[in-house]
Amino acid sequence: MSKVKVNFPRFGSYNVAVRHIIVNGLGVDYVDAPPITKKTLEIGAKYSPDFVCTPFKYQLGGYIEAIEAGANTLIQVGGACRLNYYGELHEQILKDLGYEVRFVNMANADFSKPLTFYEEFKKIKPSVNLKKITSAVLLAVKMVEVIDKVEDYIRENVGFEVVNGSFEKLHKEFLEDLKEVNDKKELNLIAKLYMSKLKRVETNKPKNPLRVGIVGEYYTIMDEYSNHYMEKELAKKGIIIERWMNVSNSIFHNYVKEIKQSIKNYAKYDMGATSMYTIKKALDYAKDNFDGIIHVKSFGCTPEIDTMPVLERISEDYKIPIIYFSFDTQTSDVGINTRIEAFYDMIMMRKEKKIK
Amino acid sequence: MKKAYMGVDIGSISTKGIIIDEDNKILASEYIWTEGDPIGAVKRLISILKGQFNEKKYKVVGVGTTGSARKLIGVILGANIVKNEITAHAIGTLSLYPDVHTIFEIGGQDSKIIIIDHGIVTDYAMNTLCAAGTGSFLSSQSKRLGLEVEEFGEMALKSKNPTNIAARCTVFAESDLVHKVQIGHKKEDIIAGLCKAVVNNYLNNVGKGKKISAPIVFQGGVSKNVGVIKAFEEATGEKIIVDPNSHLMGALGVAILSKKAPEVSFDFNIEDVTFETKGIECKGCANNCERICVYKDGKLIDAWGNKCDKGAIKVKAGV
Repeated sequence: MSKVKVNFPRFGSYNVAVRHIIVNGLGVDYVDAPPITKKTLEIGAKYSPDFVCTPFKYQLGGYIEAIEAGANTLIQVGGACRLNYYGELHEQILKDLGYEVRFVNMANADFSKPLTFYEEFKKIKPSVNLKKITSAVLLAVKMVEVIDKVEDYIRENVGFEVVNGSFEKLHKEFLEDLKEVNDKKELNLIAKLYMSKLKRVETNKPKNPLRVGIVGEYYTIMDEYSNHYMEKELAKKGIIIERWMNVSNSIFHNYVKEIKQSIKNYAKYDMGATSMYTIKKALDYAKDNFDGIIHVKSFGCTPEIDTMPVLERISEDYKIPIIYFSFDTQTSDVGINTRIEAFYDMIMMRKEKKIK
Repeated sequence: MKKAYMGVDIGSISTKGIIIDEDNKILASEYIWTEGDPIGAVKRLISILKGQFNEKKYKVVGVGTTGSARKLIGVILGANIVKNEITAHAIGTLSLYPDVHTIFEIGGQDSKIIIIDHGIVTDYAMNTLCAAGTGSFLSSQSKRLGLEVEEFGEMALKSKNPTNIAARCTVFAESDLVHKVQIGHKKEDIIAGLCKAVVNNYLNNVGKGKKISAPIVFQGGVSKNVGVIKAFEEATGEKIIVDPNSHLMGALGVAILSKKAPEVSFDFNIEDVTFETKGIECKGCANNCERICVYKDGKLIDAWGNKCDKGAIKVKAGV
C-alpha cells in the first residue's frame, strides 16, 4: 500500500485534535474531508440505508469525499447506540462500492482496557511507539478541553458582538493556530492568547438577556451543518446559548452516577447514548430559570425519542417551554426558521410579561 | 388623515389581506387564491384592497407580512414587519378573544396548534412532515367524490353513521375511502368520516401531548367547514369558536404588529411595477446554495439563500 493517509469523520471542531494524534502520535499523514455540503449529504444518503440515523449518512458522504481527496485509511469510533455499528456498516458499504481502503474500527477497542486502543492504532502503523501515541492522545484530550472552553465562551457572547463576525473570525484563527501545537506548553500559550483575545471582543450585552439551553443527540447537536446552524440563528436574535454537551463534558468529565441520582424522579433506567445527559441538563436549565430549551436529534434517534416524554414532564413541572427538532436529509431552512422565530417570540413575550 | 395598517398573509394556497384602523376595526379585507404565484396574487390583492379603501380619509403607515411567502412579499411591499405565522395568528386571535386558551389552525398545506396562557403563547406545534389533515387533502378528496369542497361540511352534517376512515396518513386514508365507497357506504357517511379523520389526524399529530382546554378558537381555511367543526366538538367535548373572519387572523395579527414598527408610507400603485425573482446557484463550493434575487423594474432590491459570506450578493445602496 502506498503512503498512509488517515481520515476521521468531521465532527464539530475536534478534527484538529484527531489530526494531532495521527500526525504527531503515529507519524502518518492526515486528510480532512472537505467541509460538509449538500453534496456530502446527497452522496451519503444515496449509499446509506434509508432509515439509518442521519449522522451515518453525513459520515459516509464525508468518507467518500475524503477518499476522493486522497485518504486511504479511515477511522470510525464506537458508542452506546447504533453508532457502535456504524464502522462495520460503513466498511461494508465502501467495500461494496469498490473503494480499496483500510478501515480501522475503534468500536473493537474497550474503554476499560486502554491497551486495546493501542492494538487498533497498530493497524494503522505497526511500528507505533506506545509512549509517543500516549502522549499525543493526552495532548489531544487537552486540546479538546481548550476547544470546548473557547466555544462555550463564544456561545455565551456571540449574540452580542458589536462588530458582526468578530467571534467567528477569531474562532477560525484559533483552530488554524491549534494545528501548529506540538506540546502542552504551546497549547497553554494558545489557550491563554485566544481567551484574552476573545475577552477583548467588544460586546453589548443587555442586563437580562434571554437564555436558551440546547440538549439532544451527540452528533446533530455538535455539527452545525446537521442542525442547520441553529446556534447562529439563535445568536442573531441576541440570545445566550448554553450547551453542556461536548466531548470534554460527556467523555472526559463524565459523572454518570451523580447524573442518575439527580434525575431519578424523572428516569429510573438509562435509555442509552445521550439520553441521561439530555434529561439531566434539561432539568438543570429548568431549575436555573432558563427562558427555554431546544431539543435536537436526528430523525429516528431512539434514545432521544425516549427522552421526549420525560422532557414534556419537566416542561410542565417547571413551566419552561421546550421545542423539539428532528433532522433528516431535508436541506430547506424555511420550516426550521419559522419555528425558531416563533419560539423566540414566545419566550420573549413570556419574559416581557414576567418583568412587568 | 387617519392612520391605517395593512396585513398580508401569503399562504401556499390562499392569500389574505386586511386593512385596519388604529382601533383594529377592519376597513378592507380580501381572500384570494395564490395559484402558485405569490407576487401576482399580492398584486391582485392590493388592487382589490385599494378599491375597498378610502384613500382620502386614511393613510397606510404600516405593512406587515406573514405566511410562507412572507419574506419575498415583505420585500416587495416594503413591509415594516415580517413575522412568522404562529406569532401572527396568536396576536390576531388574542385581539378578538383575549381569553383564548387553544388555537386550532388548519390551512391549505399546513396545520398548527397554539396554546395560550393568560395572553401569552406557552406552547405550539406545526405539522412538518405530513400533509394529512390539511385543506388540500379535503379538497382533493371532494373532487374524487364529485363535490365542491364548499358543500362538504353541510353534507357531512347529514350523516348519522360516519364511516371509519384511517387517519394516520393520506395514502392510507385515500385507499380506505376508495374501498369503502366501492362496498356501498353512503356518500354523506364517507364525508363525515373524512372530517373525523382529519380531526383525529390533527389531534394525534399536531395536537399530541398538548394541553387542549377551552376556550378553543378554530381558524384557517378549513374552519369554514361545518363538518370539521362538528367533528372537533365531538372529539374535544368542548364548544369550538369560529370567528366570521377566521380566515383572516394571520393577516390581522401582522397588521396589529405593524403598528409597533417604524412607520412607512405605503403606495397602492404596484400594479404596473414589475417584480421578478431569479434563482442563481452559487458556485463557491459544492453546497451550491440557491440564491434568490428579487428585482423591481429590473433593479436588484434584495437577495437571500446563501449560507456563507462567499455567496452574498450585494445590493447596491440607494436602489
